[in-house]
Amino acid sequence: MTESTVRIGLVYPELLGTYGDRGNAVVLVDRCRRRGIAAELVEVAADEPLPDSLDLYLFGGGEDDPQSLASERMRASAASLTRAQASGAVVFAVCAGFQLIGVSYETGDGEMLDGLGLVDMRTVGAAPRLIGEVVVDPEPTTHLPPVTGFENHSGRTTLGAGVRPLGPVSVGGGNGVGGVDGVLDDRLVGTYLHGPVLPRNPALADFLLRWIVGAEALTPIDDHLTDALHRERLAAATATGWRARLRDLRTNRG
Amino acid sequence: MRSRVLTRRDRIAVAAGRAAGWMSRVTGRGAGAHVSGRIMLKVQPDLLHDLAVGDRVTLISATNGKTTTTALLAAALEAAGRPVVTNHTGANLVAGVVAALAAPHPPSDAVLEVDERVLPLVVDPLDAQLLVLGNLSRDQLDRYGEVRSLADRWRAVVAAHPDIPIVANASDPHVAFAAGSDRTIWIDLGGGWRGDAATCPVCGRLLGWTDDPATGHDTYSCPCGFAEPAADVRLVGDVLHLGDRAVTIGLGLPGRWNVLNAALAITAAAELGVDPEVAATAASAVTTVSGRYATYRLADGRPARVLLAKNPAGWSEVLAWLNERDNGVVLAVNAHVADGRDTSWLWDAPFERLRGRTVAASGERSLDVAVRLDYDGVTCVVEPDPIAAAALVGGSEVDIVASYTQFTALTRRLR
Repeated sequence: MTESTVRIGLVYPELLGTYGDRGNAVVLVDRCRRRGIAAELVEVAADEPLPDSLDLYLFGGGEDDPQSLASERMRASAASLTRAQASGAVVFAVCAGFQLIGVSYETGDGEMLDGLGLVDMRTVGAAPRLIGEVVVDPEPTTHLPPVTGFENHSGRTTLGAGVRPLGPVSVGGGNGVGGVDGVLDDRLVGTYLHGPVLPRNPALADFLLRWIVGAEALTPIDDHLTDALHRERLAAATATGWRARLRDLRTNRG
Repeated sequence: MRSRVLTRRDRIAVAAGRAAGWMSRVTGRGAGAHVSGRIMLKVQPDLLHDLAVGDRVTLISATNGKTTTTALLAAALEAAGRPVVTNHTGANLVAGVVAALAAPHPPSDAVLEVDERVLPLVVDPLDAQLLVLGNLSRDQLDRYGEVRSLADRWRAVVAAHPDIPIVANASDPHVAFAAGSDRTIWIDLGGGWRGDAATCPVCGRLLGWTDDPATGHDTYSCPCGFAEPAADVRLVGDVLHLGDRAVTIGLGLPGRWNVLNAALAITAAAELGVDPEVAATAASAVTTVSGRYATYRLADGRPARVLLAKNPAGWSEVLAWLNERDNGVVLAVNAHVADGRDTSWLWDAPFERLRGRTVAASGERSLDVAVRLDYDGVTCVVEPDPIAAAALVGGSEVDIVASYTQFTALTRRLR
């Protein structure tokens, strides 16, 4: 557990902030402060190199051009990130940011972007775009309840041998390959889910914070609103899932 | 000007569409324009072209403000004594345009707002004579796609029609990229939402922004040579400078964003031959636009004003305006197709401006709004029904900010 201020880094928000990604950072900072843990939101502007001093690096979603620029910038300061990870920093990557922590991303036009290579996974852009509510059932070892979010991407992400997903998807597309979403490693989570995902899933936010401040520091806080939102979104997504499944049955019947 | 001659098939199409529109209105399903236009096009796909013969067509498009800009331009032309036909209900897809033009009318100025994606489809069939291009920002990513691809499509339209004059907002990088041509009349509207224009639309590098403290105007440029076009017309405060003419904009409509809409409308009116002073006076008399900004009386007697906000850029403007007032605030958000199914954008609008105010989170997605406000330190009550919510907030007046489907439902319930 760190004694000093928890530093939550929002990486290149001008480039990787198309989908309310700031919300994830706001939630992480606020959930520390509500427990009396000092925390600050550190924005890393797109014309700055990545610092190596952050406790958590948040990579968000972005459009194609900004994603390509972000990839270039991030690779230029990859050494800082490696140093930070070696000293225990956490990486949380969403959508375009998730694609960028992999080995490569091939756009729909066939353009090849190199990723940071933090995870052995490759993404290819393909039609149709996956759009809609998603439910992921995280790996049992995480003890997390189902994660809900909204996806909007054209990526098909294949995980390398032995790389664990965040979990299987019960509603929606996720990685679009193998019926799973995201990636889960020590001190690293990637996912396609927006919403943003952390306001909707307080347990996932605390799961990330536990790596930084330790489980004991995460005392209970008033989550009646966020819990209500989590229940509502889960119920809505599950209903959508059933409707989609019935439509599939009807189509298959011909 | 040729006057229009409708074929038998055109007339049947119009009659069938009218009947459908009437059905839609009497059964309370909608205003009827969209349904009516769809039926007309089913019966006669060439109707768009046939209906516009003899009209001088101006097309207005933007992510935000197109309905209001259209209303202000129509008012200006009417004040100048021109016959005007316009899609004033905000029905801005092909069907809505058809429905508006189907009304019997003499050769007129057709002042038509069109959806950003629809613009490229209607320029040719309508034989457009003027394009008014306002702004492009993120809106409903789940169905509109990314801002950059819209800008590309607009740019192709501009390049393919070197004979059509354009009035365009120089302060928006995507519009500047799309409308770049030597015939464009550029307006400098000052700063605005730049959350969706971080990178250069030409080369993808980070766009450089500089603020001019003297004028309060931001300008952008890129090492590749792309830069804010030199303005022909400038908005400084509330004064619009058109060459040696300066016109003061004083509106009945609220908010800074409507001053920008009016600046576009007055410039477009001038391009169509209307004296800017006449256009500005006409604009000042407009107080409600298709239900937007209309004031209703709540059951407890307090007045409630209804505003439409659809995306981070729009919400950002509205929140700035709410901040200057001390009214009760209801934020009513749905996530149907017309609202955008993804509510992530809530986190890109500056809700912290409502701290210390009396606020209700409302709409079908009231919990998303409430969680958003909670994390920003704004205390709120949660009530899904916006009219019930309005009764719960304090203030001598109430402002209800609504997403699209909440807005249309509210204007029906309150009128």
